[in-house]
Amino acid sequence: MSDDTIDLRLHVWRQRGPGDEGRFADYSKYAKRISTHASFLEMLDVVNERLAADGERPIAFDHDCREGICGMCGAVINGVPHGHRTLTTTCQLHMREFQNGAEVFVEPFRATAFPVIEDLMVDRSSFDTIVQAGGYVSVRTGAAPDANEIPVPKQIADRAMDAAACIGCGACVAACPNASASLFLSAKLAHLNLLPQGQPERYRRTRAMLAAHDDAGFGGCTNHRECEAACPKGISTDFIARMNRDVIVASLTDKDGNLI
Amino acid sequence: MQAVLTLTRSTVGQKVVVAVTGVILFGFVIGHLAGNLLLFVGPEAFNAYAAGIKGNPPLLWGTRVTLLVSVVLHVTFTMQLARRNATARARGYQKPRKDQITTYAARTMILSGPLLFAYILFHIAHFTAPGLDLGGTFHPENVYANVVNGFRTWWVSAIYIFANFLLGLHLFHGGWSAAQSIGAQSPKYDALKKQVAVGLAVFVSAGNIFIPIAVLTQLIGSADQLARAQAAFETEAVTEAATGAEEE
Amino acid sequence: MELDARCPTGDIEKRWDRHRFELKLVNPANKRKFEVIVVGTGLAGAAAAATLGELGYKVKAFCYQDSPRRAHSIAAQGGINAAKNYQNDGDSVFRLFYDTVKGGDFRARESNVYRLAQVSVNIIDQAVAQGVPFAREYGGLLDNRSFGGAQVSRTFYARGQTGQQLLLGAYSALSRMIAAGKVDMYNRHEMLDVIVDDGRARGIVTRDLVSGKIEAWTADAVCLCTGGYGNVFFLSTNAMGCNVTASWRAHKRGALFANPCYTQIHPTCIPPAGEYQSKLTLMSESLRNDGRVWVPKSASDSGKDPRSVPEKERDYFLERMYPAFGNLVPRDIASRAAKRMCDDGLGVGPMVGDKRLGVYLDFADAIKRDGKKIILEKYGNLFEMYQRITGDDPCEVPMRIYPASHYTMGGLWVDYDLMSTIDGLFVLGEANFSDHGANRLGASALMQGLADGYFVIPYTLGHYLATKGKNPLGADSTVAKSAVKEVEKGIAKLIDIGQKGSTHPDEIHRQLGTLMYDKCGMGRNAKGLKEGLALIPELRERFWKDVQILGSGGELNTMLEKAGRIADFLELAELMCHDALTRDESCGAHFREEHVQEDGEARRDDENFAHVAAWEHTGDHAAPKRHVEKLDFEYVKLSQRSYK
Ligand SMILES: Cc1cc2nc3c(=O)[nH]c(=O)nc-3n(C[C@H](O)[C@H](O)[C@H](O)COP(=O)(O)OP(=O)(O)OC[C@H]3O[C@@H](n4cnc5c(N)ncnc54)[C@H](O)[C@@H]3O)c2cc1C
Ligand code: HEM
Ligand code: SF4
Ligand code: FES
Repeated sequence: MSDDTIDLRLHVWRQRGPGDEGRFADYSKYAKRISTHASFLEMLDVVNERLAADGERPIAFDHDCREGICGMCGAVINGVPHGHRTLTTTCQLHMREFQNGAEVFVEPFRATAFPVIEDLMVDRSSFDTIVQAGGYVSVRTGAAPDANEIPVPKQIADRAMDAAACIGCGACVAACPNASASLFLSAKLAHLNLLPQGQPERYRRTRAMLAAHDDAGFGGCTNHRECEAACPKGISTDFIARMNRDVIVASLTDKDGNLI
Repeated sequence: MQAVLTLTRSTVGQKVVVAVTGVILFGFVIGHLAGNLLLFVGPEAFNAYAAGIKGNPPLLWGTRVTLLVSVVLHVTFTMQLARRNATARARGYQKPRKDQITTYAARTMILSGPLLFAYILFHIAHFTAPGLDLGGTFHPENVYANVVNGFRTWWVSAIYIFANFLLGLHLFHGGWSAAQSIGAQSPKYDALKKQVAVGLAVFVSAGNIFIPIAVLTQLIGSADQLARAQAAFETEAVTEAATGAEEE
Repeated sequence: MELDARCPTGDIEKRWDRHRFELKLVNPANKRKFEVIVVGTGLAGAAAAATLGELGYKVKAFCYQDSPRRAHSIAAQGGINAAKNYQNDGDSVFRLFYDTVKGGDFRARESNVYRLAQVSVNIIDQAVAQGVPFAREYGGLLDNRSFGGAQVSRTFYARGQTGQQLLLGAYSALSRMIAAGKVDMYNRHEMLDVIVDDGRARGIVTRDLVSGKIEAWTADAVCLCTGGYGNVFFLSTNAMGCNVTASWRAHKRGALFANPCYTQIHPTCIPPAGEYQSKLTLMSESLRNDGRVWVPKSASDSGKDPRSVPEKERDYFLERMYPAFGNLVPRDIASRAAKRMCDDGLGVGPMVGDKRLGVYLDFADAIKRDGKKIILEKYGNLFEMYQRITGDDPCEVPMRIYPASHYTMGGLWVDYDLMSTIDGLFVLGEANFSDHGANRLGASALMQGLADGYFVIPYTLGHYLATKGKNPLGADSTVAKSAVKEVEKGIAKLIDIGQKGSTHPDEIHRQLGTLMYDKCGMGRNAKGLKEGLALIPELRERFWKDVQILGSGGELNTMLEKAGRIADFLELAELMCHDALTRDESCGAHFREEHVQEDGEARRDDENFAHVAAWEHTGDHAAPKRHVEKLDFEYVKLSQRSYK
């Protein structure tokens, strides 16, 4: 077991802050004898410990759960957000997916709406802003009727869950040639717009969240579907079509639901 | 008001306008090709078709206005979107991002589109107004002859062939994309939708490309056919002159 | 000092209702004059911040992640309990109450647990109204499953992502309040101190993790919802950032820390594969329904391909030791047995240090019996996850599992109103000690976090504010300023040591973890605990002499963040050992090897230990002081559990 190790030719993007130019640093000498059982982030941990031993500032990257659910991690690895393994977050990518001697470039998610904080760490608060614009059902705590008074057909609940599985990682934005957050936005919308609970605010929500998306500086969708390929949770671009439909209805009706 | 803004200012709304106008243009090019295929039936049929359109001003002008508005909206909004999308990643990847599933056609919409625009201007100039004398005597009503004479010049044909290849590319992505953009999506018909879209794109592109090739290979536009076409106008001119004389 | 939880008395069914009636209300017009700080945006914190915002209070919420939606609650997989009795299988509020008290091995407060069971039903209503996509039956009504050995199906779930969906629900409510201007949200802020003056909590001190700025925030009350301290073990199923810092700093400011030794170890986690291992991943316990747990009988087989170990050379130790329950014995029992095997040199998998840490969980028989298809239908997702992490296909090679620290029942002591021993400092969710006694049942942590946040704190906090009025001290008061100074001094000290130090913080954390698993883990004894109490200060000393921290305090500095958290873990670890040592009985997940029944089961000592132990901080190098809160059991009769 102990000899399942590889050497990488590792290049990591280093950038001290939003104002810094940034550059790739060659860390090949710190990325030798990496266990193939380690995860990608554990590889970075090891590199960081070795960097620190040399008195070098550790690589900054976001992470928390390391189980692929919190959505905090993320980097573009050899040109692909979260790396080349499908349906896998950066923290769940394991080094056995790499050949010995492989050249690996690690870069932050890039989008104007995701400014770099440091190295691989970016600011994704624009996602929160989108949700704040309408990604909720306005219900007061304690005011809810009995849960079973709102029956939800199983297929609808399942479909809503498919959309709700989004972890808000931002890989869709990183992958999109236009840096659009349409996949994230549409998943958020579909989750609530599908359910009976979400109906009363459906079109208001659609308009408001779309406006927040656009204001944040994300691009628009041109149907490349790169987001779907990069999404670690397999969120489908079908949700984008569904969103477009809702936008059309929202554009053609006024607040009272009358045709304008 | 907000609703209208959603349609004209938002990324999705703008894309919807692009899609709707794109579908209108798509519909037009299909019809346009169907008409053009009359070239294979014979000069009489084709010229009669051309005359039929001209003889129906409401249809002619209705179509022209619709097309003009569509092209203007289509171009305006695609350009707005493109500009916006270019700023959405002000700082690009230093090591190129790898595409996973997008197509060449999708990536080059922004090239095929403007080239098509240039081609459309050329195409209109060539056949409609003012009508360029490319390789023969331009005759405002003998459209059949204009087509054949035009395409006899190899570089004119080359432009048309290339442009229609671009059109094919544009529609290869555009057809499916438009359906997605206007939210025409359902798991049941998705596979079919894609096939129909691609099928139509191939039909339009291949059909349009076939015409100059047919001319170059003499499949259509034989001396006899040209003479027949010309003859029709000459007799017409004669009778016209005659009736004119009578009126005088 | 005998602690008074101020629980209402009388008929248990009416206690909470009556108490709510007796609580004072804040005049609606006055609510917006009151400011509340909520630290943490997990289920407890997000629910509390959203609800308090709705009520009209001015709320400031803090979390260390880049978004409130990423709190550790997001990782909970299994489900959430509620006494809805939708399955008509005999569940009731009383039964949930009963199961929870018994499951906690009679070390929780009856009043609290009953309230928890009562409000559990409202949680589901609330979550559904928010749009949480719980699993449904074909008729459109909510589906349930039975979880963690419960005899009724009372667990609501959303695929394997219940925590995620509930948190997204609470986060959406919080987002609504942020948009409405009722809640100010501060992401990437770590709380480093509570401001206490005259026995009352006045605010907190935070460090902006990006700029390094230290800042004081004052309010009329503070709610800590900062989660558990399972990461004291270094390797745990917790998120990397989970920490005890917020609780610990409050403890040092006067909040008692209750039952720190009650920590739960989960048996079915993916084992460590090497020294670089940073965390362990939990897999659903349901795997034990069909998998058989074994190790080779002889240590010489432990490095071999498991498929080459003949049947008669395998020890199906759970089936051997617990014939009645076999592979389905409760978490703690399964965990201890597995650890014993590994300690005896029979573990399997890669060598980590000088041991192999893992036992097999073998599906070969189940696949033979039911066919691969059926097994994959049940466990496909989990098999995939396992394969992604380990590279092995469980259909071909037996899975390897190992127990890992998973949940901490201990936490800051709170009374019935969830207030700590510092006035105005409330503690919610996993951070408090309140409802699970010595052992938490599956699917009840989510329930507790949401109960505290949505349905308890809005009432009890109002009462506190109505009674105490506003806190006049602002961020520019001397107390707040000196609190900031103190934190700045602490950071300067760390940086000072860190510039010269040479041991990476992770290295010290790893050593602490190993030590804690060894001395204060699944099985504890007086000798080991005393060793622990001798070793921890040594490690702590090494930390304070030689920890390495690059960079400064005034910038993003992940090494500094780690070091700060480890410093607190090092102190907590010692308290855990003290607590484990003084609790000279076995109960729930606290297993003292000296107190075992003939059949190997935990033996409680109700006569001497039917109480909560709450520790007081008496100074940095002074022995902590133990206080007790007696527990009375009026409704659930004390009995020994048995799984033979
Ligand atoms: C893998 C796993 C699976 C689980 N599955 C289940 C299950 O199926 N059912 C169940 O009932 N329970 C389950 N649990 C337990 C349950 O998830 C947790 O106990 C519960 O979510 C804790 O919620 P919380 O709100 O108290 O804290 P957390 O969700 O841990 O939130 C803590 C919050 O505090 C913030 N914070 C912490 N420290 C600081 C600081 N110093 N400064 C500022 N902010 C701070 C964090 O940013 C975060 O927002 C599981 C736990 C794990 C690890
Ligand atoms: C024959 C004429 C044309 C037809 C039939 C046509 C058709 C289409 C269709 C169907 C789409 C897809 C719409 C969508 O998904 O929203 C599209 C997109 C596009 N069209 Fe055209 N188009 C034509 C001319 C042009 C012209 C002249 C331009 C020039 C600027 C242009 C530029 C674009 C661009 C850039 C897109 C991509 C939009 C995007 O994906 O963002 N098109 N077109
Ligand atoms: S849609 Fe997918 S890629 Fe985008 S944020 Fe959600 S999980 Fe990440
Ligand atoms: S660290 Fe949570 S998804 Fe990767």
